[in-house]
Amino acid sequence: MIEAIDITKYYGDFPAVTGLNFSVEQGEILGFLGPNGAGKSTTMKILTGFIPPSSGTAKIAGYDIVEQSLLARRHIGYLPETVPLYEDMGVNDYLSFMGQIRGMSSSQLKKRVSKVIELCRLEEYSNTIIGKLSKGYRQRVGISQAILHEPDVLVLDEPTIGIDPIQVVETRQLIKSLGEEHTLIVSSHILPEVSMICDRVIIIHEGQIVAVDDPSNLGTSLSGIERVEIEVKGPNREILPVLEEVDGIQSIERIPVTGGAYHRYHITVDTGRDLRHDLAKAVVANGWELFKLQSLGMSLEEIFLRLTLEEEELPSPPGETS
Amino acid sequence: MTNLIAITRKETKAYFSTPSAYIVGAMFLVLTGVFFVFDVSKPFAEAGVRGLSDWSSFFIVFLAPLITMKLLAEEQKLGTLELLLTSPVREWEVVLGKYIASLLMLLAIQSVTFYYVFIVYFFGNPDTGPVISAYLGLILHGAAALAIGMLGSSLSGNQIISAVVATAILLIFSFVNRVSSLVDGAAAEFINALSMNAKLLDFSRGVIDLFNVVYFLSIVAIFLFLSIRSLETRRWR
Repeated sequence: MIEAIDITKYYGDFPAVTGLNFSVEQGEILGFLGPNGAGKSTTMKILTGFIPPSSGTAKIAGYDIVEQSLLARRHIGYLPETVPLYEDMGVNDYLSFMGQIRGMSSSQLKKRVSKVIELCRLEEYSNTIIGKLSKGYRQRVGISQAILHEPDVLVLDEPTIGIDPIQVVETRQLIKSLGEEHTLIVSSHILPEVSMICDRVIIIHEGQIVAVDDPSNLGTSLSGIERVEIEVKGPNREILPVLEEVDGIQSIERIPVTGGAYHRYHITVDTGRDLRHDLAKAVVANGWELFKLQSLGMSLEEIFLRLTLEEEELPSPPGETS
Repeated sequence: MTNLIAITRKETKAYFSTPSAYIVGAMFLVLTGVFFVFDVSKPFAEAGVRGLSDWSSFFIVFLAPLITMKLLAEEQKLGTLELLLTSPVREWEVVLGKYIASLLMLLAIQSVTFYYVFIVYFFGNPDTGPVISAYLGLILHGAAALAIGMLGSSLSGNQIISAVVATAILLIFSFVNRVSSLVDGAAAEFINALSMNAKLLDFSRGVIDLFNVVYFLSIVAIFLFLSIRSLETRRWR
């Protein structure tokens, strides 16, 4: 549905994005993750046809965004990061206008406008002047106009930025539900958000893709390590050496627990090995009580830091203690 | 075509529902009204609209950029241009749609000055030909001024800069004939041919010269074309 082919964009001499290649299948929600200035917004502006790439191209629903811009644009709904809206128009009027310039007939418009107003829960404000709405409601109006014409592709740039926590939760649910009918690209710099909403994540840094994976896999496949949390009741001095004996363990970190009668450890193990069975056996064989044994993966925050900020120092090849 | 109508309708509605257009329009009408009164209260004043049309066309130089300044500048500033241009809309539809709306606004303001025409007819016996030609001149001049204002608005996200640039271009077109005395021959003729003021004088005298009509329409076409181009290059920066 969306295909980016070697997209490169220079602002003067500055390369905003270089050689981006990715594709998004029908009905997929793709997360676009990166720190500020990574090139997320630039990529989205290119995909929606607002700015042309310096080289390379993209296809939206089969139409080339440079050569067949007008046709491609028919299939896109877009919410820019700044949520630009006409301040002095009413919500209803605004949506009708946006529908008209996307070629909707008046009967279609009537149906869809009331539908999206209901979907984005704007009923109370349908005649309010947009300039008087709060940030959260402006965001909803922004999403309303993006989905109004039932586009195949939805491009949402930082859709939850600057709105209050309750609305963030609602917006995420809304986005997730949109994934059933649309193909989505959602950018964010909030990691849990992306892992919550998206089927697949692209991590972008300094204009280049540094990783592509689904959120649950990112932890293991990229970092080369896997982590296990274990809680054991017993004497710490004896437990540690026993756990260290287990084959395949890279390192053990004791996590202080307040008020518990047990000890908690975070164990880093070799990639692709599930040592939970061995660990459990070692604990039980010594007559200690096992409280908890859980695979942790790696938090997206950690992966993110690894991949983007400390790339040079951190990547630890398997087998080496980190 | 439906895009064009939608854009024109939206902008027209915006003009009539926000106070700024009324304020600018009222300012224009007060000024032209004052000079109309001066003009007709002179001893042995002529029953006609010459004074009115001369002053109107002078004030249009300042009025037109105020009408057009927000059209594209505001879209750039708010970022709404991004949503407009990522919709299946062509640049020329945006420019032309907005231009038509500004023209409707100007015509609405100018039509209020018919009030003075009624006064002239009520108290005097003016020659109808020059009245009609004067209004034709005003409309053409206004149309040209708005097109220049449109270009100004496309150049910057700042409305003040847009208005100042457009006013500067308009003043050059208005008073360029003053320079013609410095050169001679073909150069002087060319400079005179560029000047708006000389042509407006013809219209208010009752002369409708086809060359003058074509002149104003060409300015409209050229500056709208430049505005469209300016909007297109915005993407490429």
